[in-house]
Amino acid sequence: MTTTESPKRTAQVRVPVRGRAWWIERRTLGVVVGCAVAMLVLGFVGLSFGSSWSTPGEVLGALTGTQPSVVIVEWRGPRVVAAILFGAALGVAGAIFQNLTRNPMGSPDIIGLDAGAYTGALLVMTVFTGATTTVAFGSVVGGLLTAALVYALSRSGGLSGMRLVVIGIAVNAMVTALNNWLVLRAELEVAMAAVGWNSGSLNGIDWDDLILPFSVIAVLLALASLRAQALHQSALGDAVAVATGVGLERQRLLMVFIGVGCTATVTSVAGPVAFIALAAPQIGRRLARAPGVPLLPAALCGAVLLQLADLIAQMLLAPVSLPVGVVTTAIGGCYLIWLLAQEVRRR
Amino acid sequence: MTARLRAQDVTLAYGERVVSTRLSLDVPDGGFTAVVGPNGCGKSTLLRAFVRLLRPDAGTVALDGRSVSSFPAKALARELAFLPQDPLAPEGIKVRQLVSRGRYPHQSLLALWTKEDEQAVSEAMITAEVEDFAERPVAELSGGQRQRVWVAMVLAQRTPYLLLDEPTSFLDITHQYRLLALLSRLRDEGRTVIAVLHDINQACRFADHLVAMKDGRVVAEGAAADIVDAALIKDVFDLPSVITPDPVSGTPMVVPE
Amino acid sequence: MSTAPTQAGSAPPTRNAPSRIGRSAVLAGGLVALLAAIVASIAVGAESVPLGQIWPALTDFDPLSGDHLVVRDIRVPRTLLGIAVGAALAVAGALIQTLSRNPLAEPGILGVTHGAGFALTLGAALGLAGTALGELGLGVAGAVLATVLVYAVGRHSTLRLLLAGVALSAVLQGVSLGVRLTSPDTLDKYRFWSVGSLAGREQTDLTIPLVAIALALVGALLVARSLNAVALGETVAHTLGANVARVRTVTLVLITVLAGAATAVAGPILFVGLIVPHLLRRLTVGSVPWLVTLSMIVGPILMLAADTISRVVLHTGEVPVAIVTAFLGGPMLIWVVRRYGAGSL
Repeated sequence: MTTTESPKRTAQVRVPVRGRAWWIERRTLGVVVGCAVAMLVLGFVGLSFGSSWSTPGEVLGALTGTQPSVVIVEWRGPRVVAAILFGAALGVAGAIFQNLTRNPMGSPDIIGLDAGAYTGALLVMTVFTGATTTVAFGSVVGGLLTAALVYALSRSGGLSGMRLVVIGIAVNAMVTALNNWLVLRAELEVAMAAVGWNSGSLNGIDWDDLILPFSVIAVLLALASLRAQALHQSALGDAVAVATGVGLERQRLLMVFIGVGCTATVTSVAGPVAFIALAAPQIGRRLARAPGVPLLPAALCGAVLLQLADLIAQMLLAPVSLPVGVVTTAIGGCYLIWLLAQEVRRR
Repeated sequence: MTARLRAQDVTLAYGERVVSTRLSLDVPDGGFTAVVGPNGCGKSTLLRAFVRLLRPDAGTVALDGRSVSSFPAKALARELAFLPQDPLAPEGIKVRQLVSRGRYPHQSLLALWTKEDEQAVSEAMITAEVEDFAERPVAELSGGQRQRVWVAMVLAQRTPYLLLDEPTSFLDITHQYRLLALLSRLRDEGRTVIAVLHDINQACRFADHLVAMKDGRVVAEGAAADIVDAALIKDVFDLPSVITPDPVSGTPMVVPE
Repeated sequence: MSTAPTQAGSAPPTRNAPSRIGRSAVLAGGLVALLAAIVASIAVGAESVPLGQIWPALTDFDPLSGDHLVVRDIRVPRTLLGIAVGAALAVAGALIQTLSRNPLAEPGILGVTHGAGFALTLGAALGLAGTALGELGLGVAGAVLATVLVYAVGRHSTLRLLLAGVALSAVLQGVSLGVRLTSPDTLDKYRFWSVGSLAGREQTDLTIPLVAIALALVGALLVARSLNAVALGETVAHTLGANVARVRTVTLVLITVLAGAATAVAGPILFVGLIVPHLLRRLTVGSVPWLVTLSMIVGPILMLAADTISRVVLHTGEVPVAIVTAFLGGPMLIWVVRRYGAGSL
């Protein structure tokens, strides 16, 4: 066997690491850089915007400490960081579910997380009349229990994407019916508050709120990046994945755990934020022109998308701040319409 | 004849549907084994049991005396490579990327590429004759070209064993013979090839060890010249036929009456 | 995929092929069951009406009898509504499943009912939903839009269709949410409507939606024969001489009218359109007219049963019927999927 000179690989960039190499698609690199720039710009705008616009100078001053500003650092800062962090977490969760179900329309909603979280929150609000932190706790418990139920019911004999979706629909329907009933029986003000919670919002987040979520999400995302290669290998079909050495059962469980963990964490702080998990991975995939549903572009697009949505939510009806979930839902609507247009064009 | 890979008294079932009971098969090392039989006779099931895609309800599949289920996943994947009947190519994947996926069992957690990895991929593409479209999307290729890309992926795994489930299914006749010739060359280079083939004549011509299955059991195994006769074909395929030597290779050729 | 073999429609039924006698027996039995369900629906409730009073209430009405009033003004309209909605949803489900050759399609899951609901919310907020005709129109319009969207995006595979339906429902609910957050009135009105229920609709004018449903049901029976061919796939249908495009359009119109009208009058109700055709499928293999006919009988039975349960299950009052159907249909769907695998639905 002769050693052969492989043809020039122009589409990739070679990063030498201690005698070996790390190949990165040129396009992915472009997307990473582009998204990073977008995040910085949007972050800057987010720090500047408020009841009164701050000048770039003031923002820089606040960041470097030369011109301290409570507004910029204590109020807007956490919000910007939350948008980036939560957007990335949701993007990764969506990418995981789309890989698992092998379908571009998969998302964590199908496993009943959002509906279950709402149930938990509703129960706390109506039956236990709890405070905000209790609501957060209730939502996490509700979401996790529902997801566990769906997962357990769909497990037998290996995880099949289709079965997961069908059972998810069934459980979702039951849980949503329960939620609707709880809302019905509540007092109008409680109902309004509950419905408001269910729209997802980044209002009023401060640094204390972010400590725990940040740690949890950081760990989960680190885990996800280590297992990303196995996830992408699974996209080749079960048979090839197992035959090339992917421990499929364990891999899937872990990825579901990460996806659920990310979504539940975000929901506990901000309420359910719709559609980032659905749209970001697909947008990221198309930008990066990468095969399958890669995790990194999904995370970055999720972050950018949520930042954008939050800015729109704040600016659209200023000084009233819309719940960011309403804006992301509108984005979701546009996304579906865009998909529709693509299908029609493809005919 | 040595056999590192062996199925010993295995019972294979999908849930309640039992496919094979107490099936035993030794795969001759360094040979080209073809598994033939009518639809639903358990050929694919057997192959999947070999690569641990299906756990036997009873009995063991063993490699070097060790049960395959005791191997760590990647370690087994460095010994056995498998190409299923209808593999799934992720949307948008390019040829080189797909072939590179064959190196997965050799890569560490951080997915750093060694010189050996890059060589394996280049050689695999050249052997399978797909290096000309290395940067093209797999979806744009013809059925025959695509199948060769999958073969390249399996080759890149650089395993001593190659198991293929009906690799000639979607190929036109030229490509069928080219693929079979390639498998023969790989056998000549020292690898062990096991393929489920639906064409008995191709199996006779290219394989040195034939395994005829029916209803989940092995009806006969051995060299084609030794076991293929009209009685076997009638038994396995329920097809009355005449056996005549193939004018090109001299191996038995089945001609239905 | 999973190691269980899929029996996607190619495996012949393990029992004998459905015989005429079998179907007719079910038809007869179904009619009897329907009668029983109707009686139960009239008699059972917060105030039970003694069975002996039902017939006199209908034939020899006495305005001073509390029982007779309950029967005439509350129970009978509600029962009629239950029959109409049950039949409409069941037949709509049967049609969708036949047309898309997809056993998991139903107006609820695909977001069609949410589309109708969304149009109604929007209409209510804009002040358009005053009249019965207006509501019907909104419901149907919403159903049409949802159907087109989901179908176009999810045409390629069952999975995609389902997920598109899920996504669409989520969008619609989200946007309705936005609309409702702006006005507590709409929210209040909506939260009562948004849970499908047959209660409290007795006072509204039911003639228009009921007539629309009745007409659409007749239409469904008429188109059922042509659907037999279309159910075999487009190419085969063509060779059998069916005008596929026209049949498909007519069927889609019928589906949207049925689902839209049912939702306009009762709110979103899930799973009826899924369970009923599924129960009947083995029995009516190969014959869409039988499927439609039996759905028209079993649908109301299910609906009336659920409605009756909804009245008595809790001591403290009624539970909206949509919740009952969700808790009946959900476990059933889960059981079927686990038992038979997702491919054999």
